[in-house]
Amino acid sequence: MAKKPETRPNVSKEELLKYYREMLLIRRFEEKAGQLYGMGLIGGFCHLYIGQEAVVVGLEAATKEGDKRVTSYRDHGHMLACGMDPKGVMAELTGRIGGYSKGKGGSMHMFSKEKHFYGGHGIVGAQVPLGAGLAFADKYLGNDNVTFTYFGDGAANQGQVYETYNMAELWQLPVIFVIENNGYAMGTSVKRSTKSTTYYGRGLAYGIPGEQVDGMDVLAVKAAGEKAIAHCRAGNGPYILEMMTYRYRGHSMSDPAKYRTREEVEKIKTEKDCIEHVRDLLTQGGLASDEELKAIDKEIKAIVNESAEFAKESPEPDLSELWTDITV
Amino acid sequence: MATEVLMPALSPTMEEGTLAKWLVEEGDTVKSGQILAEIETDKATMEFEAVDEGVVGKILVAEGTAGVKVNTPIAVLVEEGETVSDAPAPAAVAAVAVAAEAPVASPAVVAAPAPAPVAAKGWPHTDLPEGPTKTMTVREALREAMAEEMRADPTVFLMGEEVGEYQGAYKISQGLLDEFGPRRVVDTPITEIGFAGIGVGASWGGLKPIVEFMTFNFSMQAMDHIINSAAKTLYMSGGQMGSPMVFRGPNGAAARVGAQHSQDFAAWYAAIPGMRVCMPYSAADAKGLLKTAIRDPNPVVFLENEILYGRSFEVPTDPDFTVPFGKASILREGKDVTLVSFGIGCAHALAAAEELAKEGVEAEVVNLRTLRPIDYDTVLASVMKTNRCVTVEEGFPVGSIGDHLASTIMQKAFDYLDAPVITCTGKDVPMPYAANLEKFALITPAEVVTAVKSVCYR
Repeated sequence: MAKKPETRPNVSKEELLKYYREMLLIRRFEEKAGQLYGMGLIGGFCHLYIGQEAVVVGLEAATKEGDKRVTSYRDHGHMLACGMDPKGVMAELTGRIGGYSKGKGGSMHMFSKEKHFYGGHGIVGAQVPLGAGLAFADKYLGNDNVTFTYFGDGAANQGQVYETYNMAELWQLPVIFVIENNGYAMGTSVKRSTKSTTYYGRGLAYGIPGEQVDGMDVLAVKAAGEKAIAHCRAGNGPYILEMMTYRYRGHSMSDPAKYRTREEVEKIKTEKDCIEHVRDLLTQGGLASDEELKAIDKEIKAIVNESAEFAKESPEPDLSELWTDITV
Repeated sequence: MATEVLMPALSPTMEEGTLAKWLVEEGDTVKSGQILAEIETDKATMEFEAVDEGVVGKILVAEGTAGVKVNTPIAVLVEEGETVSDAPAPAAVAAVAVAAEAPVASPAVVAAPAPAPVAAKGWPHTDLPEGPTKTMTVREALREAMAEEMRADPTVFLMGEEVGEYQGAYKISQGLLDEFGPRRVVDTPITEIGFAGIGVGASWGGLKPIVEFMTFNFSMQAMDHIINSAAKTLYMSGGQMGSPMVFRGPNGAAARVGAQHSQDFAAWYAAIPGMRVCMPYSAADAKGLLKTAIRDPNPVVFLENEILYGRSFEVPTDPDFTVPFGKASILREGKDVTLVSFGIGCAHALAAAEELAKEGVEAEVVNLRTLRPIDYDTVLASVMKTNRCVTVEEGFPVGSIGDHLASTIMQKAFDYLDAPVITCTGKDVPMPYAANLEKFALITPAEVVTAVKSVCYR
C-alpha cells in the first residue's frame, strides 16, 4: 500500500509539532539506550519501545493532571511521555544514583510518584490488577482521575487480566486497559498464541466495551483515548483500547529475531512509521518546513546526549544504599 | 426405638457450640431433612436438620445453652406411640449415632486440640501494660482491632472473599459491613491473584487495604503480588513509594482438611525482605499486632490460626494498646531451657513447660510474635541464661524459622550453649487426612518434652 499524502485541517501545527517532538524524543532516547547497552553501560534486560511511540504520546495528549499510568517492563517510552526527566530515566538504566530509583530498580522497575507513573513491572500481566487497584483508590477517594493500564498482547493471555476485567466492571473502576498489540509476545506471534486474536473484544464477556485502534497513528490514538477517558470519567467503568502497533527492535537486546522476517519489519518502517506520518502531515500540509523540523531534531539530539552524559557521570550508588528503602 | 440427637460438629475445628434456638417442640413429628434447631458454631449460625424420622420425645438441652460439647445428646427422637423411657442406654445410642450421622464429629478423631488456654497463668511476664483487661477471644480481638483502626482512619478498608454479607468465613469480620458499609467492607469474587493485585494498587493510590485471604493456603495464588508487587516496590522505587497494607487470614493446619488446606507459611514469608510478618498467639498479641500492622507503612503478612480463633485471653482495655513489631514476649520464665515459638506453637511450648515443671525442669517460653523483624536480642538473652534452646513451630522442617534461629544462636552465643539447639517442627510430609496420621504429622507437646530432655541430657 503506497503512502498517501493526508491533510488533517482540524489539527493545529502546534499540536502536530508537539507529537513530533515527543515521539522523536522517545525514539532517539531508545536508540541512545541501545548504544549504551552495546557499550556495556546498561546491563541486564533492556526492552526498547522504538516503533510504538504513537501509543503513549497520543494517549498522554488526552490526559489531565491526576491521571495515573502503569505498564510493563517496556516502559521507557511511557516515562518520557508522561513528562519524566530523560536524565533520571537514563541514569536508572546505567544503574546510577541519579536514576529515578537511585539505580536500584533498573530498566524494568522505575516509578515517579510526582508524575503518577506507577512502574515499570517485570512480571508479565502483574501490572493489570495493580492498575485497577489505583483506579479503585481513585473511585474510593471520590475524584475523577483515570488510570491507564498498559500491557502487551503477550500479557493479554495471563489469567489475572481476566480476574481484573471481572472486578473492574463489577465495581465500575475508572481504568483504561491499553493493550499494546505489537504482534509478538517475545518471539511468539499473536497467531501462535491464541485463536481469539481480537483482544479488544475479550472484555465483552465481562461487559467492558473495547475497540481496536491504529496505534501507528498518533491522532487516531488520541481520539480513541479521549473517547475512553470520557467513558471512564463519567463513571461508566473500564474501557479497553487495543493499539495495533509494532516494535522495530527485538524483544530485548538479546533477541535473535528468528521469528519474523527483515522484510516484514522494513515494510512497517516504510509504510507505517508513526513519526514519518506526523512529519508528512507537517510538511505535505505546508505547516512546517524541513528547517523547522531539523531544528527540532537537533534539539532532541541535544536532550538525549545530555541524558547520556548525565547517566555516565552520575556516580554509582553508595554501598550504604544496599540497605536503604527496604522498609519505611 | 428411640434415637438420641447429638450436638453436631458443623465445622472442622468446632469442639462446642451454642444451641441458639429449637424449631421443634416435644411431641412434634419430624421428617428427615426437617430443620430441628439453629446452632451457633465458631464460624456461623447454622441450621441443623433431622436425619431420622420420629417424634420429639424429649429436648435435653434448652435453647440458649452455650458451650454444648460436640456429641452431647441434645434431644431424643422416639417412634410413634413410644415414650422416652423406652430408649436404650444413651452411651450405646451415641456411638451408633456418631457413626451414622456425623463421622467427623467425634472428638476422638478431631486433631489433638492444643491444651486448654493458659491465659492468666502463663501471661504475667509479657509486655501487657499495667491496667485493666478484659477476656476476649482471638477472633473478637482481631475484629476489634480492625474496627478501631477503620474508625480512626477512613482510608483503611477490608477486602476479600465473604468478608461482608457472609460476615466472614471465620466470623472475623462479623458486623463490620453493618458498621462500615460496602464501600469499606468489600466482598470480592474468588480471585486471589486479582484482588491481591488490586489491593496493592490501591495501597499505592493512597489507601490502606486489609486484604483477607480466606486461608493463607490460597495466598499462593496471590504470592506474586505479595512478594513482587508489595514487598519490593519501596526498594525498586528508590524509596519513593511503598505498599502500606495488610494481608491477613488463618494460616497453618486447622483440623482434618488435608494437605492443600494445612500449611504454615511462616518461614516462607519471613524469608522476604521488604515485609513485616506477624504471627500472634494470644488475643492480646492479635489485637495489638493487628493495630500496629494496619498503621505500619509497610506491607504486613499477618498469619492467624483457625484453632486459636475461639480461645480466650486477657486483653488490655486501653484503646491505645498496641504491640510493637520486633518485640518478643516471655510467656513463662525459667532457668533450665529456652523454648522459642510463635503462633499456635506457643500453646504446645507452654503445655510442654507445664509437663517439664512437674519433673523439675523450668522452661522459659519466648513468644516471638513477629517473624520479620525477629527479636534476636530476647532470644539470645534467654539462651545465654539457660544455655539450652528448643524451637517449636508447626511448619516444615527444611528452612524453618527454627533453622534460622539455631544458626543465629550458634553464631552469636556458641560459647553459651551446653547442647545443640533442637528444632521441633511439623513432619516433612504433606498433611495427611487420616486422623491418626494428621496427629502424627503435627508437632506435639510430648515431642517438645522429649527434645527438652535431650538438650538437658536427662
